[in-house]
Amino acid sequence: MQAQENHTKPAELSFARADNSTLVVRVAGDWHLRSGMPSPLLATRELDKPPKPKKVTFEGSHLEGWDTGLLTFLMGLADVCQKRKIELDMSALPAGVGQLIKLAETVPEKTGARLERDHSSFIETLGKATISYAGALDEFLTFLGQVTISFGKLAVGRARFRMVDLMVIIQDCGANAFGIVTLISFLVGVILAFMGAVQLQKFGAAIFIADLVGIAMVRDMGGVMTAIIMAGRTGAAFAAQLGSMKVTQEIDALTTMGISPLEFLVLPRVIALFLMIPLLCIYADCVGILGGSFVAATMLHISFTAYFRETMNAIMLTDVLGGIFKCTVYGIIVAVAGCLRGFQCGNSSSAVGDAATTAVVTSIVYIVVACGIFAFLFNTLGI
Amino acid sequence: MSTPSQPTASESSKQKAAITVNNLTMAFGNFVVMKDLNFKVNEHDIFIIMGGSGCGKSTLLRHMLGLIEPAKGEVLYGDFNFTKADLEEREAKLRQFGVLYQSGALWSSMTLAENVGLPLGEFTDLKPSEIREVASLKLALVGLKGFEDYYPSQISGGMQKRAGLARAIALDPEIVFFDEPSAGLDPISSRLLDDLILELRDNLGATAVVVSHELPSIFAIGNNSVFLDAETRTMTASGDPKELLAHSTDHRVKTFLTRGEEDGKNSARDHG
Repeated sequence: MQAQENHTKPAELSFARADNSTLVVRVAGDWHLRSGMPSPLLATRELDKPPKPKKVTFEGSHLEGWDTGLLTFLMGLADVCQKRKIELDMSALPAGVGQLIKLAETVPEKTGARLERDHSSFIETLGKATISYAGALDEFLTFLGQVTISFGKLAVGRARFRMVDLMVIIQDCGANAFGIVTLISFLVGVILAFMGAVQLQKFGAAIFIADLVGIAMVRDMGGVMTAIIMAGRTGAAFAAQLGSMKVTQEIDALTTMGISPLEFLVLPRVIALFLMIPLLCIYADCVGILGGSFVAATMLHISFTAYFRETMNAIMLTDVLGGIFKCTVYGIIVAVAGCLRGFQCGNSSSAVGDAATTAVVTSIVYIVVACGIFAFLFNTLGI
Repeated sequence: MSTPSQPTASESSKQKAAITVNNLTMAFGNFVVMKDLNFKVNEHDIFIIMGGSGCGKSTLLRHMLGLIEPAKGEVLYGDFNFTKADLEEREAKLRQFGVLYQSGALWSSMTLAENVGLPLGEFTDLKPSEIREVASLKLALVGLKGFEDYYPSQISGGMQKRAGLARAIALDPEIVFFDEPSAGLDPISSRLLDDLILELRDNLGATAVVVSHELPSIFAIGNNSVFLDAETRTMTASGDPKELLAHSTDHRVKTFLTRGEEDGKNSARDHG
């Protein structure tokens, strides 16, 4: 390679043999990360050529500048030499190079500290994932059990948490959720009405839109939509709050102070959702029916009075109470899932994000599963 | 294992052991962090747990507090077997301890006064006004008078540590655990914290267990210690740090205590 009369000389690498068993590696020019440098493979290939050298020395008199680029090349070469038991003599290189390499090798690698890379096949990974899903259900039920025991302590007045915490959480998941619950329930009512309107009109049965919206909202949609809103809003918040507390050791601080984190943190959250979500469900049902009435009034020219009268005739008390009961169960699912994921949070800030995500996903999955079970159950029981 | 300053058999039977660790092995799955740890912390000791970074000092502290279960061995407080006790007995015992975590671990949704006041409110029958007075006193003891209504996010790291200490001593605990108290503090603040720890021992009669690798603090306040060696993964020395410095024959212990001056190999800095 010709040396160029430029501002910086490019990195040069060449080889020579001092005698039959010594390879001289000549480095010259500018060995900087940014300017690009030769690969250690060139040296490895040179080592493979017969006669195989037993010693490697360097010639660096024309070395202009160097940084980590040269160091990584040398460490790669040193690794190869160590494996092949070839002696490496770096004395001809600048003193700083040798010292830095010695520094990198000072603390020996801790055996067993390096994490094993997972080389499982697709089937293995699929199998492990399935088993972990089952494990997740097990964790959820165990945690639910622990929360229930804490409720038992609450019943005898021995649970420890602050009333002010409970009040703040009630305000947050109840009063502050009004806006979004109003909007979404109204729109769900409108959508349900739209879906039914066109078809029912064909049969001249437009008035039954009140039945459709009323029964759908009250039996299922009001509860499910409210619960899903709370999962995204409150479940994620619980997971993020408790996850952050885990990262900063605030939960450990509670434990070592002799205060149960379950009683102090989880109980107020579960109680708050348990109290607020039925109220929000009733509210969502009303707003949904109202949304349907708007569609009925504008699209189908059914008066509000007629609509509400038909709605009152259609829905029964068992529908309303059943819907509220289901929604309460969903609410407990959201609170338990959110708190569980928070406690399981890992030790980094990205883990808090993961905790919030899995809280929402777990909540929604279990809500929908519960909805299905209830549908079957209520049908069998004739409710 | 060099133990030049272990008291003689007759002396140690007179001193009551506040904490006894028997054959403790700490492991994460198959990875053994430390094994065969045997030591006693005497009453009114300032006991230093020292060793290189990553050798398991904080993990040992978490084992002693019951946050992690040991793979083998046990921890006793006086005659009370902490490892074999159930959750309620442990919770009751933990209320006699105070813990200062590395970054303070103050509850971020509460003010400093509320942080210090929480254990008081939960475990004593004091009225709210009395709780506030005691909290103010504890905060004043650590030099944070006037900051009662600040939130942890509004004060500096050093102040958070001191507030954490105020909370740790809220119930006048018998044993106070410190997880790297000097980490992140400037030399003067570190010195002030050392003085506080000495005050705790002298005037409040507490026993202190300190995880640290700050040599000035270790020599200033420690009167008993255990050295955890990362390479052999067990304890290799115990006793008064100053005695270890003078009489230890273990190479790694001496290197640690002299900040590498005793190391046979020359350091890079010695060149040129």
